[in-house]
Amino acid sequence: MNNLINAVNLDVSPADRVQADRVHTSLYTDAKLFDTEMDKIFYSTWVWVAHASEIPESGSYKSTYIGKQPVIVVRDRKKQVHVLLNRCRHRGATVCEHKKGKTNSFVCPYHGWSYALDGSLRGVPSPESYGDCLDKGELPLVSLRVEEYAGMLFATFKDDIEPLVDFLGPAKKWIDLFMKQGAGYPIKVPGEHRFRFPGNWKIQLENTTDAYHFPLVHKSFLSSVDEETLKLFDFVEGPGYVEDLGNGHSVMVMIPELVDLEANLDKPIPERFEGLAAELRDEGLEEQQVRRIVRAVGGSGFNLNLFPNVACSMAFFRVLQPISVTETEIHHSVITMDGGPAVANRYRLRLHEHFQGPMGFGTPDDSEAWERVQKGARAGEDLWIMLNRGLPGEKPSDDGLISDVSAETGMRAAYQQWKKMMSV
Amino acid sequence: MNLNLLNQVTAFIWQEGDMLDHGEFANWLSLWSPKGTYIIPIDPRQEDFENSLNYAYDDHHMRELRVQRLTGGESISTSPQPRTVRTLSRFRVLSETDTQVTVRCAQNLREFRKDALKHYSADIVYELERHGDDFRIQRKVVRLINSDDTLAGIGYIL
Repeated sequence: MNNLINAVNLDVSPADRVQADRVHTSLYTDAKLFDTEMDKIFYSTWVWVAHASEIPESGSYKSTYIGKQPVIVVRDRKKQVHVLLNRCRHRGATVCEHKKGKTNSFVCPYHGWSYALDGSLRGVPSPESYGDCLDKGELPLVSLRVEEYAGMLFATFKDDIEPLVDFLGPAKKWIDLFMKQGAGYPIKVPGEHRFRFPGNWKIQLENTTDAYHFPLVHKSFLSSVDEETLKLFDFVEGPGYVEDLGNGHSVMVMIPELVDLEANLDKPIPERFEGLAAELRDEGLEEQQVRRIVRAVGGSGFNLNLFPNVACSMAFFRVLQPISVTETEIHHSVITMDGGPAVANRYRLRLHEHFQGPMGFGTPDDSEAWERVQKGARAGEDLWIMLNRGLPGEKPSDDGLISDVSAETGMRAAYQQWKKMMSV
Repeated sequence: MNLNLLNQVTAFIWQEGDMLDHGEFANWLSLWSPKGTYIIPIDPRQEDFENSLNYAYDDHHMRELRVQRLTGGESISTSPQPRTVRTLSRFRVLSETDTQVTVRCAQNLREFRKDALKHYSADIVYELERHGDDFRIQRKVVRLINSDDTLAGIGYIL
Protein backbone atom coordinates (compact mmCIF):
# COMPACT_ATOMS: atom_id res chain seq x y z
CA MET A 1 0.00 0.00 0.00
CA ASN A 2 2.86 2.37 0.79
CA ASN A 3 4.26 1.92 -2.69
CA LEU A 4 1.06 2.86 -4.44
CA ILE A 5 1.58 6.36 -5.78
CA ASN A 6 -1.37 7.94 -7.47
CA ALA A 7 -0.66 10.45 -10.21
CA VAL A 8 -2.20 13.84 -9.59
CA ASN A 9 -2.76 16.63 -12.04
CA LEU A 10 -1.96 19.84 -10.14
CA ASP A 11 -5.06 21.49 -11.55
CA VAL A 12 -7.27 19.04 -9.72
CA SER A 13 -9.38 20.29 -6.86
CA PRO A 14 -7.85 20.71 -3.41
CA ALA A 15 -10.13 17.94 -2.15
CA ASP A 16 -8.50 15.38 -4.44
CA ARG A 17 -5.14 16.16 -2.89
CA VAL A 18 -6.22 14.82 0.49
CA GLN A 19 -6.89 11.12 0.86
CA ALA A 20 -7.74 9.12 3.96
CA ASP A 21 -4.13 8.07 4.55
CA ARG A 22 -1.99 10.64 2.70
CA VAL A 23 -1.86 14.17 1.34
CA HIS A 24 -0.29 15.38 -1.85
CA THR A 25 3.09 17.13 -1.54
CA SER A 26 1.69 20.16 -3.39
CA LEU A 27 -0.04 21.10 -0.12
CA TYR A 28 3.39 22.29 1.00
CA THR A 29 4.57 23.84 -2.25
CA ASP A 30 1.70 25.27 -4.33
CA ALA A 31 1.55 29.07 -3.96
CA LYS A 32 -1.94 29.27 -5.50
CA LEU A 33 -3.18 26.78 -2.96
CA PHE A 34 -1.70 28.96 -0.21
CA ASP A 35 -3.74 31.97 -1.40
CA THR A 36 -6.86 29.81 -1.41
CA GLU A 37 -6.06 28.66 2.13
CA MET A 38 -5.99 32.27 3.29
CA ASP A 39 -9.52 32.82 1.91
CA LYS A 40 -11.13 29.52 2.69
CA ILE A 41 -9.47 28.72 6.00
CA PHE A 42 -7.90 31.74 7.73
CA TYR A 43 -10.60 34.20 6.62
CA SER A 44 -13.42 31.70 7.10
CA THR A 45 -13.05 30.18 10.54
CA TRP A 46 -12.16 31.02 14.14
CA VAL A 47 -8.52 32.03 14.40
CA TRP A 48 -6.69 32.50 17.71
CA VAL A 49 -5.55 36.09 18.26
CA ALA A 50 -4.52 36.39 21.92
CA HIS A 51 -4.77 35.17 25.45
CA ALA A 52 -6.89 37.52 27.57
CA SER A 53 -3.95 38.17 29.93
CA GLU A 54 -1.99 39.77 27.08
CA ILE A 55 -4.46 42.69 27.11
CA PRO A 56 -5.28 42.91 30.82
CA GLU A 57 -6.51 46.51 31.14
CA SER A 58 -8.57 49.10 29.29
CA GLY A 59 -6.33 50.38 26.51
CA SER A 60 -4.04 47.31 26.48
CA TYR A 61 -3.47 46.07 22.95
CA LYS A 62 -1.38 43.73 20.88
CA SER A 63 -0.93 43.71 17.14
CA THR A 64 -0.94 40.44 15.26
CA TYR A 65 -2.14 38.84 12.03
CA ILE A 66 -5.06 36.78 10.87
CA GLY A 67 -3.70 35.00 7.84
CA LYS A 68 -1.90 37.79 5.96
CA GLN A 69 -4.00 40.63 7.40
CA PRO A 70 -2.68 42.85 10.21
CA VAL A 71 -5.06 43.24 13.15
CA ILE A 72 -5.09 44.93 16.55
CA VAL A 73 -6.51 43.11 19.57
CA VAL A 74 -7.56 45.75 22.10
CA ARG A 75 -9.57 46.13 25.29
CA ASP A 76 -11.82 49.19 25.34
CA ARG A 77 -12.89 51.41 28.24
CA LYS A 78 -15.69 49.00 29.14
CA LYS A 79 -13.19 46.10 29.13
CA GLN A 80 -14.75 44.74 25.93
CA VAL A 81 -12.28 43.08 23.54
CA HIS A 82 -12.18 44.26 19.92
CA VAL A 83 -10.26 42.83 17.01
CA LEU A 84 -9.75 45.63 14.48
CA LEU A 85 -8.18 45.58 11.05
CA ASN A 86 -4.95 47.55 11.33
CA ARG A 87 -5.56 50.00 8.47
CA CYS A 88 -6.74 53.57 8.44
CA ARG A 89 -10.03 54.03 6.60
CA HIS A 90 -8.63 57.09 4.85
CA ARG A 91 -5.71 55.91 2.73
CA GLY A 92 -4.85 52.56 4.25
CA ALA A 93 -1.80 53.11 6.50
CA THR A 94 -1.46 50.93 9.58
CA VAL A 95 -2.53 52.79 12.71
CA CYS A 96 -0.41 50.69 15.10
CA GLU A 97 3.15 49.44 14.64
CA HIS A 98 3.90 48.26 18.17
CA LYS A 99 3.67 44.60 19.10
CA LYS A 100 2.00 45.43 22.38
CA GLY A 101 1.34 48.32 24.67
CA LYS A 102 -1.26 50.59 26.19
CA THR A 103 -2.97 53.56 24.57
CA ASN A 104 -6.01 55.81 24.64
CA SER A 105 -6.53 55.82 20.88
CA PHE A 106 -5.03 54.80 17.57
CA VAL A 107 -3.84 57.70 15.45
CA CYS A 108 -2.86 57.26 11.82
CA PRO A 109 0.62 58.77 11.34
CA TYR A 110 -0.10 59.82 7.75
CA HIS A 111 -2.90 62.43 8.10
CA GLY A 112 -3.78 62.15 11.76
CA TRP A 113 -7.15 60.41 11.65
CA SER A 114 -7.78 59.13 15.16
CA TYR A 115 -9.79 56.14 16.34
CA ALA A 116 -11.17 55.20 19.74
CA LEU A 117 -10.35 51.86 21.39
CA ASP A 118 -13.55 50.36 19.97
CA GLY A 119 -12.45 51.39 16.48
CA SER A 120 -14.86 54.30 15.99
CA LEU A 121 -13.47 57.25 14.04
CA ARG A 122 -13.17 60.18 16.45
CA GLY A 123 -11.19 62.90 14.82
CA VAL A 124 -10.19 64.07 11.35
CA PRO A 125 -7.78 67.03 11.17
CA SER A 126 -8.96 70.06 9.12
CA PRO A 127 -12.40 68.60 8.34
CA GLU A 128 -13.65 71.72 6.49
CA SER A 129 -12.43 70.48 3.10
CA TYR A 130 -14.76 67.47 3.36
CA GLY A 131 -17.82 69.72 3.66
CA ASP A 132 -20.64 67.28 4.28
CA CYS A 133 -19.16 64.39 2.27
CA LEU A 134 -17.55 62.59 5.23
CA ASP A 135 -19.69 60.62 7.67
CA LYS A 136 -17.38 59.54 10.49
CA GLY A 137 -19.89 56.91 11.55
CA GLU A 138 -19.31 55.09 8.27
CA LEU A 139 -15.55 54.86 8.59
CA PRO A 140 -14.57 53.06 11.80
CA LEU A 141 -11.64 50.64 11.86
CA VAL A 142 -13.16 47.41 10.54
CA SER A 143 -14.14 45.32 13.54
CA LEU A 144 -14.20 41.52 13.45
CA ARG A 145 -16.37 39.10 15.36
CA VAL A 146 -14.54 38.02 18.51
CA GLU A 147 -15.38 35.34 21.09
CA GLU A 148 -13.56 33.93 24.10
CA TYR A 149 -13.30 30.55 25.74
CA ALA A 150 -11.40 30.14 29.04
CA GLY A 151 -9.28 33.20 28.32
CA MET A 152 -8.47 32.13 24.75
CA LEU A 153 -9.52 34.87 22.32
CA PHE A 154 -10.49 33.98 18.76
CA ALA A 155 -11.72 36.20 15.93
CA THR A 156 -13.33 35.59 12.57
CA PHE A 157 -14.22 37.53 9.43
CA LYS A 158 -17.46 35.51 9.17
CA ASP A 159 -20.62 36.61 10.90
CA ASP A 160 -22.51 33.50 9.85
CA ILE A 161 -20.32 30.68 11.18
CA GLU A 162 -21.09 28.70 14.34
CA PRO A 163 -20.32 30.19 17.77
CA LEU A 164 -16.78 29.55 19.03
CA VAL A 165 -17.95 27.08 21.68
CA ASP A 166 -19.60 24.93 19.02
CA PHE A 167 -16.50 25.11 16.83
CA LEU A 168 -14.35 23.94 19.74
CA GLY A 169 -16.80 21.19 20.70
CA PRO A 170 -15.12 18.37 22.66
CA ALA A 171 -11.85 20.36 22.65
CA LYS A 172 -13.39 22.56 25.38
CA LYS A 173 -12.91 19.99 28.12
CA TRP A 174 -9.23 19.67 27.17
CA ILE A 175 -8.85 23.47 27.32
CA ASP A 176 -10.36 23.33 30.81
CA LEU A 177 -7.84 20.65 31.81
CA PHE A 178 -4.99 22.65 30.28
CA MET A 179 -5.86 25.72 32.36
CA LYS A 180 -5.38 23.70 35.56
CA GLN A 181 -1.66 24.37 35.25
CA GLY A 182 -2.47 27.73 36.82
CA ALA A 183 -2.77 25.71 40.07
CA GLY A 184 -5.71 27.89 41.10
CA TYR A 185 -4.14 31.15 39.89
CA PRO A 186 -5.26 32.73 36.61
CA ILE A 187 -3.11 31.77 33.62
CA LYS A 188 -0.88 34.57 32.39
CA VAL A 189 1.12 34.95 29.17
CA PRO A 190 4.06 37.23 30.12
CA GLY A 191 6.18 36.68 27.02
CA GLU A 192 6.93 34.54 24.04
CA HIS A 193 9.62 33.19 21.78
CA ARG A 194 9.10 34.11 18.12
CA PHE A 195 10.89 32.41 15.30
CA ARG A 196 10.45 31.62 11.63
CA PHE A 197 11.32 28.59 9.62
CA PRO A 198 11.43 28.19 5.85
CA GLY A 199 8.52 25.81 5.47
CA ASN A 200 4.77 25.53 5.05
CA TRP A 201 2.50 26.16 8.05
CA LYS A 202 0.93 22.71 7.92
CA ILE A 203 4.30 21.07 8.63
CA GLN A 204 4.17 22.74 12.05
CA LEU A 205 0.46 22.01 12.45
CA GLU A 206 1.23 18.30 12.02
CA ASN A 207 4.15 18.37 14.43
CA THR A 208 2.03 19.24 17.46
CA THR A 209 0.43 15.79 17.29
CA ASP A 210 3.60 13.97 16.26
CA ALA A 211 4.91 11.88 19.16
CA TYR A 212 6.84 9.71 16.70
CA HIS A 213 9.61 12.30 16.13
CA PHE A 214 10.26 13.03 19.79
CA PRO A 215 12.94 10.50 20.81
CA LEU A 216 14.89 11.06 17.61
CA VAL A 217 14.68 14.81 16.94
CA HIS A 218 14.86 15.68 20.64
CA LYS A 219 17.65 13.28 21.58
CA SER A 220 19.90 16.15 22.68
CA PHE A 221 17.11 17.55 24.87
CA LEU A 222 16.49 14.15 26.43
CA SER A 223 20.22 13.86 27.15
CA SER A 224 19.99 17.11 29.12
CA VAL A 225 17.23 16.13 31.58
CA ASP A 226 17.18 14.11 34.81
CA GLU A 227 16.26 10.41 34.99
CA GLU A 228 12.67 11.02 36.14
CA THR A 229 11.95 13.45 33.32
CA LEU A 230 13.59 11.10 30.85
CA LYS A 231 11.24 8.31 31.93
CA LEU A 232 8.25 10.62 31.66
CA PHE A 233 9.19 11.57 28.08
CA ASP A 234 9.67 7.95 27.04
CA PHE A 235 6.10 7.82 25.74
CA VAL A 236 6.21 6.64 22.12
CA GLU A 237 5.49 3.02 23.01
CA GLY A 238 3.57 3.95 26.15
CA PRO A 239 -0.13 3.95 27.04
CA GLY A 240 -0.88 7.41 25.63
CA TYR A 241 -3.17 8.05 22.68
CA VAL A 242 -4.22 10.49 19.98
CA GLU A 243 -7.86 11.42 19.59
CA ASP A 244 -9.60 13.21 16.72
CA LEU A 245 -11.97 15.72 18.36
CA GLY A 246 -13.76 16.91 15.21
CA ASN A 247 -13.50 20.19 13.23
CA GLY A 248 -9.79 19.50 12.68
CA HIS A 249 -8.96 19.55 16.39
CA SER A 250 -7.17 16.70 18.11
CA VAL A 251 -5.43 15.83 21.33
CA MET A 252 -2.27 13.81 21.84
CA VAL A 253 -1.99 12.43 25.35
CA MET A 254 1.67 11.64 25.94
CA ILE A 255 1.66 11.30 29.73
CA PRO A 256 -1.77 10.02 30.85
CA GLU A 257 -0.96 10.54 34.55
CA LEU A 258 -0.61 14.28 33.85
CA VAL A 259 -3.96 14.78 32.12
CA ASP A 260 -5.72 16.05 35.24
CA LEU A 261 -3.29 18.15 37.26
CA GLU A 262 -5.67 18.28 40.22
CA ALA A 263 -5.84 14.49 40.56
CA ASN A 264 -3.48 12.37 42.68
CA LEU A 265 -2.29 15.27 44.78
CA ASP A 266 -1.46 12.85 47.59
CA LYS A 267 1.14 10.96 45.57
CA PRO A 268 4.79 11.44 46.62
CA ILE A 269 6.41 14.57 45.22
CA PRO A 270 8.86 13.61 42.46
CA GLU A 271 12.52 14.05 43.39
CA ARG A 272 13.15 16.80 40.84
CA PHE A 273 10.49 18.99 42.49
CA GLU A 274 11.61 18.49 46.09
CA GLY A 275 13.67 21.69 46.12
CA LEU A 276 10.78 23.73 44.74
CA ALA A 277 8.35 22.16 47.22
CA ALA A 278 10.67 23.08 50.10
CA GLU A 279 10.89 26.68 48.91
CA LEU A 280 7.09 26.91 48.61
CA ARG A 281 6.67 25.52 52.14
CA ASP A 282 9.20 28.10 53.35
CA GLU A 283 6.97 30.78 51.89
CA GLY A 284 4.21 29.51 54.16
CA LEU A 285 2.00 27.78 51.60
CA GLU A 286 -0.35 25.03 52.78
CA GLU A 287 0.83 21.51 51.91
CA GLN A 288 -2.14 20.94 49.57
CA GLN A 289 -1.33 24.13 47.62
CA VAL A 290 2.36 23.20 47.50
CA ARG A 291 1.39 19.87 45.94
CA ARG A 292 -1.00 21.52 43.52
CA ILE A 293 1.68 23.94 42.29
CA VAL A 294 4.38 21.32 42.11
CA ARG A 295 2.14 19.03 40.09
CA ALA A 296 1.12 21.82 37.73
CA VAL A 297 4.45 23.54 37.29
CA GLY A 298 5.79 21.17 34.64
CA GLY A 299 2.68 21.51 32.49
CA SER A 300 0.01 19.13 31.25
CA GLY A 301 0.71 15.70 29.79
CA PHE A 302 -0.95 16.44 26.45
CA ASN A 303 -0.93 18.61 23.35
CA LEU A 304 -4.28 19.96 22.20
CA ASN A 305 -4.11 20.99 18.56
CA LEU A 306 -6.80 23.48 17.54
CA PHE A 307 -7.30 23.96 13.82
CA PRO A 308 -5.94 26.04 12.20
CA ASN A 309 -3.43 28.08 14.22
CA VAL A 310 -3.11 27.41 17.95
CA ALA A 311 -2.16 24.59 20.28
CA CYS A 312 -2.23 24.15 24.02
CA SER A 313 1.05 22.32 24.08
CA MET A 314 2.01 20.80 27.45
CA ALA A 315 3.16 24.00 29.22
CA PHE A 316 2.74 26.75 26.59
CA PHE A 317 0.62 28.07 23.73
CA ARG A 318 1.96 27.39 20.25
CA VAL A 319 0.66 29.90 17.71
CA LEU A 320 1.43 29.64 14.03
CA GLN A 321 1.18 32.36 11.44
CA PRO A 322 1.56 31.59 7.75
CA ILE A 323 3.91 34.04 5.99
CA SER A 324 4.04 32.45 2.54
CA VAL A 325 3.68 28.98 1.09
CA THR A 326 7.28 28.29 2.16
CA GLU A 327 7.59 30.37 5.33
CA THR A 328 5.91 30.23 8.73
CA GLU A 329 6.23 32.26 11.90
CA ILE A 330 5.74 30.57 15.25
CA HIS A 331 5.16 32.03 18.67
CA HIS A 332 5.70 29.92 21.76
CA SER A 333 3.92 31.82 24.52
CA VAL A 334 5.10 31.05 28.01
CA ILE A 335 2.49 30.53 30.73
CA THR A 336 2.87 31.59 34.36
CA MET A 337 0.57 31.74 37.38
CA ASP A 338 -0.73 35.29 37.70
CA GLY A 339 -0.05 36.24 41.31
CA GLY A 340 1.51 32.84 42.01
CA PRO A 341 4.77 32.30 43.89
CA ALA A 342 7.70 33.85 42.00
CA VAL A 343 9.84 30.79 42.65
CA ALA A 344 7.31 28.56 40.84
CA ASN A 345 6.96 31.01 37.96
CA ARG A 346 10.74 31.13 37.60
CA TYR A 347 10.69 27.36 37.33
CA ARG A 348 8.20 27.65 34.44
CA LEU A 349 10.25 30.37 32.71
CA ARG A 350 13.46 28.31 32.90
CA LEU A 351 11.59 25.22 31.68
CA HIS A 352 10.33 27.18 28.65
CA GLU A 353 13.80 28.55 27.90
CA HIS A 354 15.26 25.04 28.18
CA PHE A 355 13.19 23.61 25.30
CA GLN A 356 11.68 26.50 23.34
CA GLY A 357 12.96 29.36 21.28
CA PRO A 358 15.88 29.93 18.93
CA MET A 359 18.38 28.97 21.64
CA GLY A 360 16.29 26.24 23.27
CA PHE A 361 17.31 22.60 23.32
CA GLY A 362 14.22 21.51 21.36
CA THR A 363 12.87 24.14 18.97
CA PRO A 364 15.95 24.49 16.73
CA ASP A 365 15.94 20.76 16.06
CA ASP A 366 12.23 20.77 15.21
CA SER A 367 12.86 23.73 12.96
CA GLU A 368 15.69 21.90 11.20
CA ALA A 369 13.48 18.85 10.60
CA TRP A 370 10.64 20.97 9.18
CA GLU A 371 13.04 22.91 6.96
CA ARG A 372 14.22 19.60 5.57
CA VAL A 373 10.64 18.51 4.88
CA GLN A 374 10.11 21.67 2.83
CA LYS A 375 13.39 21.18 0.98
CA GLY A 376 12.72 17.52 0.30
CA ALA A 377 9.18 18.31 -0.84
CA ARG A 378 10.66 19.97 -3.93
CA ALA A 379 11.73 16.53 -5.16
CA GLY A 380 9.40 14.52 -7.35
CA GLU A 381 6.28 15.55 -9.23
CA ASP A 382 3.58 13.31 -7.90
CA LEU A 383 4.73 12.10 -4.53
CA TRP A 384 2.60 11.99 -1.43
CA ILE A 385 3.09 12.71 2.26
CA MET A 386 2.22 9.51 4.12
CA LEU A 387 -0.10 9.83 7.10
CA ASN A 388 -1.14 6.23 7.65
CA ARG A 389 0.61 5.55 10.94
CA GLY A 390 -1.74 4.09 13.54
CA LEU A 391 -4.54 3.43 11.05
CA PRO A 392 -4.91 -0.30 11.76
CA GLY A 393 -5.48 0.35 15.48
CA GLU A 394 -7.79 3.34 15.01
CA LYS A 395 -11.21 2.99 16.64
CA PRO A 396 -14.28 5.18 17.11
CA SER A 397 -14.36 7.05 20.43
CA ASP A 398 -16.95 9.20 22.21
CA ASP A 399 -15.56 12.33 20.57
CA GLY A 400 -14.29 10.97 17.25
CA LEU A 401 -11.50 8.53 16.54
CA ILE A 402 -8.73 7.24 18.73
CA SER A 403 -5.44 5.44 18.16
CA ASP A 404 -2.04 4.96 19.77
CA VAL A 405 0.09 7.90 20.95
CA SER A 406 2.31 7.98 17.89
CA ALA A 407 -0.55 7.51 15.41
CA GLU A 408 -1.02 10.17 12.75
CA THR A 409 -4.70 10.42 13.72
CA GLY A 410 -4.41 14.12 14.68
CA MET A 411 -2.84 15.00 11.34
CA ARG A 412 -5.53 13.10 9.48
CA ALA A 413 -8.13 15.03 11.50
CA ALA A 414 -6.57 18.37 10.51
CA TYR A 415 -6.35 17.43 6.84
CA GLN A 416 -9.96 16.24 6.75
CA GLN A 417 -10.99 19.66 8.06
CA TRP A 418 -8.67 21.29 5.51
CA LYS A 419 -10.34 19.24 2.78
CA LYS A 420 -13.82 20.16 3.99
CA MET A 421 -13.06 23.88 4.12
CA MET A 422 -11.11 23.99 0.86
CA SER A 423 -13.96 22.19 -0.96
CA VAL A 424 -16.59 24.83 -0.18
CA MET B 1 40.57 56.80 31.59
CA ASN B 2 42.25 53.71 33.01
CA LEU B 3 43.86 52.39 29.82
CA ASN B 4 45.59 49.60 31.64
CA LEU B 5 42.28 48.25 32.89
CA LEU B 6 40.68 48.74 29.48
CA ASN B 7 43.49 46.70 27.95
CA GLN B 8 43.09 43.97 30.53
CA VAL B 9 39.35 43.54 30.10
CA THR B 10 39.62 43.79 26.31
CA ALA B 11 42.24 41.05 26.26
CA PHE B 12 40.04 38.87 28.48
CA ILE B 13 36.91 39.35 26.33
CA TRP B 14 38.81 38.85 23.07
CA GLN B 15 40.15 35.63 24.48
CA GLU B 16 36.62 34.50 25.35
CA GLY B 17 35.39 35.31 21.84
CA ASP B 18 38.27 33.41 20.29
CA MET B 19 37.52 30.34 22.44
CA LEU B 20 33.88 30.36 21.33
CA ASP B 21 34.69 30.77 17.63
CA HIS B 22 37.22 27.95 17.83
CA GLY B 23 35.17 25.52 19.89
CA GLU B 24 37.33 25.54 23.05
CA PHE B 25 34.33 25.02 25.26
CA ALA B 26 36.06 23.46 28.27
CA ASN B 27 38.31 26.52 28.48
CA TRP B 28 35.29 28.74 28.00
CA LEU B 29 33.45 27.10 30.91
CA SER B 30 36.47 27.72 33.14
CA LEU B 31 36.28 31.48 32.48
CA TRP B 32 33.12 31.63 34.56
CA SER B 33 32.56 32.26 38.20
CA PRO B 34 30.63 29.21 39.55
CA LYS B 35 27.61 31.42 40.28
CA GLY B 36 27.84 33.31 36.98
CA THR B 37 24.85 33.74 34.67
CA TYR B 38 24.78 33.86 30.89
CA ILE B 39 21.73 35.77 29.68
CA ILE B 40 20.20 36.51 26.27
CA PRO B 41 17.16 38.71 26.97
CA ILE B 42 14.20 39.20 24.62
CA ASP B 43 12.84 42.56 25.79
CA PRO B 44 15.42 45.33 25.22
CA ARG B 45 14.13 47.22 28.28
CA GLN B 46 14.08 44.25 30.64
CA GLU B 47 16.36 44.34 33.68
CA ASP B 48 14.72 41.66 35.85
CA PHE B 49 16.00 38.72 33.84
CA GLU B 50 15.39 36.10 36.48
CA ASN B 51 11.65 36.78 36.55
CA SER B 52 11.10 37.19 32.82
CA LEU B 53 11.38 35.11 29.68
CA ASN B 54 14.77 35.15 27.94
CA TYR B 55 16.29 33.23 25.06
CA ALA B 56 18.82 31.88 27.53
CA TYR B 57 19.29 32.24 31.27
CA ASP B 58 22.07 29.79 32.07
CA ASP B 59 23.68 28.95 35.35
CA HIS B 60 26.78 26.78 35.40
CA HIS B 61 24.79 23.55 34.97
CA MET B 62 22.87 24.87 31.96
CA ARG B 63 26.10 26.17 30.38
CA GLU B 64 27.57 22.69 30.66
CA LEU B 65 24.43 21.17 29.14
CA ARG B 66 24.52 23.74 26.32
CA VAL B 67 28.10 22.86 25.51
CA GLN B 68 27.22 19.17 25.60
CA ARG B 69 24.32 19.77 23.20
CA LEU B 70 26.47 21.75 20.77
CA THR B 71 29.25 19.17 20.72
CA GLY B 72 27.42 15.90 21.43
CA GLY B 73 26.36 15.21 17.85
CA GLU B 74 22.79 14.37 18.90
CA SER B 75 21.20 17.55 17.61
CA ILE B 76 20.34 17.87 13.91
CA SER B 77 20.41 21.66 14.13
CA THR B 78 24.02 21.68 15.23
CA SER B 79 25.37 19.01 12.93
CA PRO B 80 26.93 20.24 10.84
CA GLN B 81 28.08 22.78 13.40
CA PRO B 82 27.76 26.41 12.42
CA ARG B 83 31.02 28.29 11.85
CA THR B 84 31.20 31.66 13.54
CA VAL B 85 33.48 34.67 13.48
CA ARG B 86 32.76 37.39 16.01
CA THR B 87 34.31 40.82 16.12
CA LEU B 88 34.31 42.56 19.49
CA SER B 89 34.97 46.26 19.77
CA ARG B 90 33.86 49.57 21.30
CA PHE B 91 34.89 48.51 24.79
CA ARG B 92 33.96 50.85 27.61
CA VAL B 93 34.43 50.33 31.33
CA LEU B 94 31.13 51.33 32.92
CA SER B 95 32.22 50.88 36.52
CA GLU B 96 34.96 49.36 38.59
CA THR B 97 35.50 48.44 42.22
CA ASP B 98 38.24 46.55 43.98
CA THR B 99 36.51 43.28 43.20
CA GLN B 100 34.47 43.91 40.05
CA VAL B 101 34.57 45.55 36.64
CA THR B 102 31.54 46.17 34.39
CA VAL B 103 32.33 46.46 30.69
CA ARG B 104 30.09 47.16 27.71
CA CYS B 105 31.13 46.33 24.18
CA ALA B 106 29.79 45.71 20.70
CA GLN B 107 29.72 42.28 19.07
CA ASN B 108 29.21 41.62 15.39
CA LEU B 109 28.93 37.95 14.68
CA ARG B 110 28.82 36.21 11.33
CA GLU B 111 27.46 32.69 11.20
CA PHE B 112 27.70 30.25 8.33
CA ARG B 113 25.93 26.92 8.24
CA LYS B 114 25.05 24.74 5.25
CA ASP B 115 24.24 27.39 2.66
CA ALA B 116 23.39 30.48 4.67
CA LEU B 117 25.45 33.38 6.03
CA LYS B 118 23.71 35.21 8.89
CA HIS B 119 24.61 38.25 10.93
CA TYR B 120 23.83 39.06 14.55
CA SER B 121 24.77 42.35 16.20
CA ALA B 122 24.64 42.78 19.94
CA ASP B 123 25.53 44.97 22.85
CA ILE B 124 27.20 42.86 25.52
CA VAL B 125 27.57 43.83 29.15
CA TYR B 126 30.11 41.83 31.15
CA GLU B 127 30.26 41.85 34.90
CA LEU B 128 33.74 40.60 35.63
CA GLU B 129 35.04 39.52 38.97
CA ARG B 130 38.72 40.08 39.66
CA HIS B 131 40.55 36.76 40.01
CA GLY B 132 44.23 37.35 40.81
CA ASP B 133 45.63 39.08 37.73
CA ASP B 134 42.78 37.76 35.68
CA PHE B 135 38.97 37.82 35.66
CA ARG B 136 36.02 35.46 35.99
CA ILE B 137 32.66 36.18 34.34
CA GLN B 138 30.01 36.95 36.92
CA ARG B 139 27.37 37.89 34.38
CA LYS B 140 27.26 38.22 30.61
CA VAL B 141 24.17 39.85 29.09
CA VAL B 142 23.93 39.71 25.31
CA ARG B 143 21.38 42.19 23.97
CA LEU B 144 20.79 41.36 20.32
CA ILE B 145 19.64 44.50 18.54
CA ASN B 146 16.82 42.49 16.94
CA SER B 147 16.00 40.52 20.09
CA ASP B 148 12.30 41.36 19.93
CA ASP B 149 11.97 40.39 16.27
CA THR B 150 11.56 36.85 14.98
CA LEU B 151 14.84 34.95 15.03
CA ALA B 152 15.94 31.68 13.47
CA GLY B 153 17.69 28.88 15.34
CA ILE B 154 21.02 29.93 16.97
CA GLY B 155 23.08 26.76 17.28
CA TYR B 156 26.11 28.20 19.05
CA ILE B 157 27.02 30.38 22.01
CA LEU B 158 26.63 34.12 21.45
